[in-house]
Amino acid sequence: MSRITTDQVKHVANLARLAISEEEAKAFKNQLDAIISFAEELNEVDTDHVEPTSHVLDMKNVLREDKAVKGLPQEEVLKNAPEHQDGYVKVPSIIE
Amino acid sequence: MSLFDHKVSELHELLHKKEITSSDLVSESYKRINEVDGKVQAFLTLDEENARAAAKKIDEKLAADEGKGLLFGMPIGVKDNIVTKGLRTTCASKILENFDPIYDATVVNKLTDAETITIGKLNMDEFAMGSSNENSGFQATRNPWNLETVPGGSSGGSAASVAAGEVLFSLGSDTGGSIRQPASFCGVVGLKPTYGRVSRFGLVAFASSLDQIGPITRTVEDNAYLLQAISGVDPMDSTSANVSVPNFAESLTGDVKGLKIAVPKEYLGEGVQEEVRQSVLDSLKVLEKLGATWEEVSLPHSKYALATYYLLSSSEASANLSRFDGVRYGYRTEQPENLIDLYKKSRSEGFGDEVKRRIMLGTFALSSGYYDAYYKKAQKVRTLIKKDFEDVFAKYDVIIGPTTPTPAFKLGEKIDDPLTMYANDILTIPVNLAGVPGISVPCGFSNGLPLGLQIIGKHFDESTVYRVAHAFEQATDFHKQKPEL
Repeated sequence: MSRITTDQVKHVANLARLAISEEEAKAFKNQLDAIISFAEELNEVDTDHVEPTSHVLDMKNVLREDKAVKGLPQEEVLKNAPEHQDGYVKVPSIIE
Repeated sequence: MSLFDHKVSELHELLHKKEITSSDLVSESYKRINEVDGKVQAFLTLDEENARAAAKKIDEKLAADEGKGLLFGMPIGVKDNIVTKGLRTTCASKILENFDPIYDATVVNKLTDAETITIGKLNMDEFAMGSSNENSGFQATRNPWNLETVPGGSSGGSAASVAAGEVLFSLGSDTGGSIRQPASFCGVVGLKPTYGRVSRFGLVAFASSLDQIGPITRTVEDNAYLLQAISGVDPMDSTSANVSVPNFAESLTGDVKGLKIAVPKEYLGEGVQEEVRQSVLDSLKVLEKLGATWEEVSLPHSKYALATYYLLSSSEASANLSRFDGVRYGYRTEQPENLIDLYKKSRSEGFGDEVKRRIMLGTFALSSGYYDAYYKKAQKVRTLIKKDFEDVFAKYDVIIGPTTPTPAFKLGEKIDDPLTMYANDILTIPVNLAGVPGISVPCGFSNGLPLGLQIIGKHFDESTVYRVAHAFEQATDFHKQKPEL
C-alpha cells in the first residue's frame, strides 16, 4: 500500500514553495514512499517514556548583554538582491 | 617531493629558518592545481591574486622576523558552504551561483587571525546533501586514488584537494559523515568535532542540530593544530559551547597504555565489506600492541540511526533552506506571474533534485498530521541513540569501528537510488545524532583504495580521540602513501 498519494505530494510541494510537474509529482511520490516506509521502522522502537532530543548540549536561553551593535551597511546588504530600488528589495506587486 | 609532504610544524620551521617562503607554499598550491585539478576537479573558485598578495605580505613579516603563529603563511582550502567575504560562495548550488558574501564566517576570521592563506573554495554535494559529490550543481570531483571513483561527500572537494596535494589542509563540514566519509575514501585525516566546539556562524545551515565544521589534513598532528585554530565559543553562534579549549597537541603522546576501547558489534556486522572488517581488526591489534585493550559492545539502536537522521536532517533542512526564495539573494526566476510564483519558480529552477527531495521529505515530516508520527518520533529515537553512546562511554574511553562499510564506489553507481546512497553513511550518522567527536584515519587499502578507521570520543574529548589516532598513525604507514596522478 502506498503511504503517500500524488495529491499529498502536490500539497507538500506547495507548502515547500516548489513548483513541480505531473511527472515530478509521480517520481517524488515513489521516492518519498520508499523513504517513508523505510523510516517507519522507527515504529518498532518503544518511545513511550522517552523525551525528544532537539539539541545535544544542555544549554538554555543563551543571552548576551543588551548592547546595540552596528549592523551591516544597507548597500552591502542589497548587493546580492536580484532586484532593488531606493534601498528596498524589490518583488512583484503583491496587492492587486 | 612536494612541500606539502611536510607537516605543519616542519613547514613552520622551514619558514622561520628562511629556507622557504609563504609565496613558495602558495605557488606550490597553484602549480599543483594547474597540473591535476583538471582531473580531480576539487575547486569551484580560486582566489589566486589575493592569495599571492597575502603571501607577499607574510613574507615581508617573515623577513622582519614577525609572525609567530604556527599556521602563519600556510595555504588552506575552504569548503564552499563556509562564507568568505568577497569570495564567491555557492554551496555548489545554482541558486547561489553568483553569491558574494558580505561577511566572513567565524572560522574564516579565525584563519585570518592565524594568518593562513585561502587558496580557493572547494566542491561539495549541493548544500552538503550527498555522499559522493555527484550532487554538486557544477562538477563531480574525482577520487585522486582512482579517477573512476567518487571522493565521497559532502566535503569531497576538501578531502580530494588534500589527498591530491593541492593544498596543505582544508576545512569541511560534517552533518552525517561529510568530513569523515570523504577523508576515509581519499586516505586523509578528517575530524568532526563535538557539536558546539566550533562556531557555525557563516556555515550555510543544512541541519543546525547536527552540522559542525572540522579540519581535513594529511596527519593527525596537523589536524590537531587546525582544530586548535578554529575552536571556541562565539557570541555569534549561541549553540557554540562555552567550554575551555584544551591544547590538543599536548595529547599527542603516542601513549595508549591502559586505554579501553569499545568495538560495537553493529559496526562490524551486515553490510560491512570483509576487507573493511579485517582492516579494523588489524588496527585493533596495532593498538593492543601499544597497550590498549578492546571489548565488543552493543549500540543497540544503531539500526535506527539512518531513518532518524533522514527525518531530522531533512526537517531541519526544509526550514533552513526556506531562506532561498529569490528575494534577498541568490537566483531569481525570469518572469514570475506573482510573488508566490517567484518563490516557487526560483526555488525549483535553482535547487537540484536531491535538495528538492530532502526539502519535500522534511516538509512532509513537519506537516500537520505527520509531525508526531515522524519528526517527534525521530527526536525520541535520537535520545535513545545518544543514550547508547553514554552507556558505552561510562566504561570505555573511545569507540572504534570502520568509517564506511566499503571503500570508495564508482561514479554513477549509487546516484539513482537515494536509499542505497544514504546507507553509505550508516557508521558515521550516529556520531552526529549523539553530538560526540569522531575522526577518520587511514587504516588500510582495498584494491588500491584507502580505508578509514573511525575513532569516536566523549563529548568535548577530542584530546583522547587525537591521542589514539596519533598513536595508531605513528605505528602504521598508511598515511605516508600518496596517490599517483
